[in-house]
Amino acid sequence: MSARTEVTWIRRTLIGIALIFLALFIFMPLSAVFINALNKGIGVYLKSLNDPNALAAIQLTLLTAFIAVPLNLIFGVAASWAIAKFDFWGKNFLITLIDLPLSVSPVISGLIYVLLFGAQGAVGPWLMEHGIKIIFAPPAIILATVFVTFPMVARELIPVMKAQGNEEEEAAMTLGASGWQTLWRVTLPNIKWGLLYGVILCNARAMGEFGAVSVVSGHIRGQTNTLPLHIEILYNEYQFTAAFAAASLLAMLALATLFLKSFIEFKCRAELNAAKQIGRHS
Amino acid sequence: MFSKKQKRNILPGFHLTLGYTVFYLSLIVLIPLSMLFLKASAMGWQEFWGAVTSPRTLAAYRLSFGASFVAGLVNLVFGFLIAWVLARYTFPGKKMIDALVDFPLALPTAVSGITLTSLYSQNGWVGQHLYKWGIHSAYSFLGITIALIFIGLPFVVRAVEPVLQELDPELEDAAASLGANRWQTFTKVLFPNLVPALITGFTLAFARGIGEYGSVIFIAGNMPGKTEIAPLLIMTKLEQYDYAGATAIAVVMLLVSFFLLALTNFLQWFFSKRIGMN
Repeated sequence: MSARTEVTWIRRTLIGIALIFLALFIFMPLSAVFINALNKGIGVYLKSLNDPNALAAIQLTLLTAFIAVPLNLIFGVAASWAIAKFDFWGKNFLITLIDLPLSVSPVISGLIYVLLFGAQGAVGPWLMEHGIKIIFAPPAIILATVFVTFPMVARELIPVMKAQGNEEEEAAMTLGASGWQTLWRVTLPNIKWGLLYGVILCNARAMGEFGAVSVVSGHIRGQTNTLPLHIEILYNEYQFTAAFAAASLLAMLALATLFLKSFIEFKCRAELNAAKQIGRHS
Repeated sequence: MFSKKQKRNILPGFHLTLGYTVFYLSLIVLIPLSMLFLKASAMGWQEFWGAVTSPRTLAAYRLSFGASFVAGLVNLVFGFLIAWVLARYTFPGKKMIDALVDFPLALPTAVSGITLTSLYSQNGWVGQHLYKWGIHSAYSFLGITIALIFIGLPFVVRAVEPVLQELDPELEDAAASLGANRWQTFTKVLFPNLVPALITGFTLAFARGIGEYGSVIFIAGNMPGKTEIAPLLIMTKLEQYDYAGATAIAVVMLLVSFFLLALTNFLQWFFSKRIGMN
């Protein structure tokens, strides 16, 4: 018996307690989503998804992610380039500000856009005069989503780019590559897994955001309901099977996200280690 | 450090990328967030104080902070245990279980909310047994705490697990060779090294719990003064067009979040310095 581990019965007891807790709080909710969705048969399941309001909600959710994710991706690359490749005053403060949206309650994330664009808001009256609808319309849903997912690509890219260092880019520049060529041919291939990781997490949150979107949406069926809002309405109307059918789509998204995440973590570790190796040799 | 960075940086795009970063940050985050403080400062102190200290608001704060604190403590114990088991032992299915620990963060909060409610309400798989014993596991303080345990668990596990994996095995060997038994090695050698990670995990779970909305509102019951969490109260005030009231509650919550964020950063800095000195 090694000095570094416990006797068998303690080990087994600890594993047992951990598994019971996980069963109660993770495996059971996970299976409950699918069982509740399918408890009236596959026919009812498919029918409740093939409803115009459900389809409109899916469409809006996809549109929101389709706009929010690329915006935060471009920002993530720009921010991590500035932060990882250069030294400047106030860098740590900038990183703190970028992470800020993660510590804001979802409801507050929605509220700030109501204060900005709502009827009583700062620019609300001006918008109304010009017939521009932002709040209680898709633009506010997209903006609130951009806010809650704001740092998700940047915070994955910054450590990866920092670990890569500047040597490879400097070599490319010395050999006559332009800035864009260096970005496309040297930097982006080096950080591709970190980038994908950020995009996947950003996308999962963008499609699943509830609180922030709920504040700014106005809950107009078929128009301003995303999939999570659609689930809430169905649930509150006691249409449990339909609610869980819609929920099962998001649960599948969550599972796919976790699967890809584990896969990329494995790849990312290799990328980081390779970067560290380069760092050690120079 | 200085000598290395003094070297002239030949890479382009500094002004472009930093400029864009600051511009986009201001547009999406800073300007909208500042609206909160602008609106609050327009209120006047008395109105602000009145909104923040009304009995209904205080009850909501007590509930949000109380339930988050209790859930944080539960996660501290079980999150630590799970991290320990995942980092130290081998058993079938470990890889999959390790990946599933993040499930609460990956699952959209509305889905968590309706699922937990269906499990813990009177007819639910778990609820039907608890209700027999008079334990009301939904639409109560306990229900809110259950949702917050679910949402906070990954924070503690993910804070502790890497530290456990990176602990130098020689520490334990040294303790054992000096005659410490397993329990002494754990309490005197291993545990002190894990305290910073435990505090970080707890604070992150606690902070998330205070602001949590989607996974809580379905199971909460939402009775004013009893089972109404602070984020829901903001929502209710907004629906009544009481923008000032909503803002006041939000400002207090935001300040608490910022304080917790600063506290975790400080603690991490403090402990890393202390460990560095040893």
